[in-house]
Amino acid sequence: MKEKLETEKEAQKKDQRKQKAKEYENYVKGFTPKPAYFSNSLKAFFVGGAICAAALWIQNLLTGGGMKETDAKTAVTLILICTAQLLTGIGVFDTIAKFAGAGCIVPITGFANSMVAPAIEFKKEGLVLGVGSKLFSLAGPVLVCGISVSVVIGILYWMLG
Amino acid sequence: MNNYNNTMRRLGRQTFDFPGCPVITSTGSVVGEKEGKGPLANYFDLILEEDMFGEKTWEKAESKMLKEAMLLAAKKSGKKPEDIDVMLCGDLLNQLMSCSFTARDLQIPFLGLYGACSAMCESLLIASTLIDGGYANSALAAASSHYCTAERQFRMPLEHGNQRPPAAQWTVTAAGAAIVQKNEAKEKTGPQVCIRRATMGRVMDAGITDTHQMGAAMAPAAVDTLCTHFQDTGTKPDDYDAILTGDMGFIGKQIVIDLMRKKGYDITPVYDDCGVLMYFKEKQDVHSGGSGCGCSASVFCGKIFRDMMNGKLKKVILMSTGALMTTQSSQQGESIPGIAHAVSMEVM
Repeated sequence: MKEKLETEKEAQKKDQRKQKAKEYENYVKGFTPKPAYFSNSLKAFFVGGAICAAALWIQNLLTGGGMKETDAKTAVTLILICTAQLLTGIGVFDTIAKFAGAGCIVPITGFANSMVAPAIEFKKEGLVLGVGSKLFSLAGPVLVCGISVSVVIGILYWMLG
Repeated sequence: MNNYNNTMRRLGRQTFDFPGCPVITSTGSVVGEKEGKGPLANYFDLILEEDMFGEKTWEKAESKMLKEAMLLAAKKSGKKPEDIDVMLCGDLLNQLMSCSFTARDLQIPFLGLYGACSAMCESLLIASTLIDGGYANSALAAASSHYCTAERQFRMPLEHGNQRPPAAQWTVTAAGAAIVQKNEAKEKTGPQVCIRRATMGRVMDAGITDTHQMGAAMAPAAVDTLCTHFQDTGTKPDDYDAILTGDMGFIGKQIVIDLMRKKGYDITPVYDDCGVLMYFKEKQDVHSGGSGCGCSASVFCGKIFRDMMNGKLKKVILMSTGALMTTQSSQQGESIPGIAHAVSMEVM
């Protein structure tokens, strides 16, 4: 009985703490400037759109030159990845990303950046234990979730015939 | 022997009184490239041309900065490392890498302190205690942080593309060191910066979980320590020429002012924050200002100490503030505990 009372008391305390944390969070919000959502979205829209338009233009160029569409798509993906890797390597990508935000992080360019950035960063710790172990530190979670979801959807697709 | 007696030198529960008034005889400050373009550039002893400081890794660069700051401070007091009894210092890296490796080079008896960004005041507090207690005649109190080492440990690789929210703060690349010595009244030649009292902080957690809201997470700790300091010492904000927090940033500074007002103290005329003073907010694109152990360390060792020696400031409270989260605690959903230690100094 006594123990039960104590656990109840503890639960109450926890609730109070949560309540207080919530109140403080709201209080702090009053002092924090909001991110520029509108202009950020606009920048992301135009830069993201420009990347996609450029990719499509390259794809059309390749198919126009006689390449199969599936091959052209692979080639375009490779070009985007290589460009993003190069820009990361020469230290420009983070400046672009700061301006364009999701516009260049969401396309495959962001994925390429998230592999190269840790590779550069952890080179000092050695090729195996540094680069090797940290290479997927950012991209890893994305891959795990992406692959897991695609497996689940694949099974659903197979079951529904 | 010294005039050692058994009277308690503690005021209240958290504040130490130093009747012997240990003296800060000299300071040294080294800052990075970005900090060298900020409003305080003229106050620092050494500004790096590039943040690698001729080393192979960022961590080595930070250790070298710390060592330079310490040697500069020692040189100004006419001391060699072997003349110093104890070295107290802290940084942000795992296992205090910067401090430990500097201590390896300098061979001064070493106590490493972790208090996140509150390291400078923690080291000044313990240095004063050791000196006033008769356990040391001279101590080196120091702290350092480096943007690139902190980023890779706590956040993202440098080249990773992302956008920082408005509340984010910029880890200061800087190191500051101060030589604290026993007050030998006979040797007094000019003004001296004496450490009068220091308040140890309690860990306060207001439940903030957003690691970009460091100022807000640390504000309750800063307010608690500052109020305790006023109560324990029987002073009020008007008694001081300057009250400086370590790295509350632009947002945290406003929260501290507001929370202090709610406690009945108006600190606005004398209050400022080292993280606010360090950069030009818009021009240097630092969002909510500077943070890191090196922030309060270099601003104090660069600007404040000089202002005190030049007679611009007489009584000052320096209060370094630290956010005690780890990368694991954040991932485990824990909120951010904050701490603040205050040291009050006076020109005598």
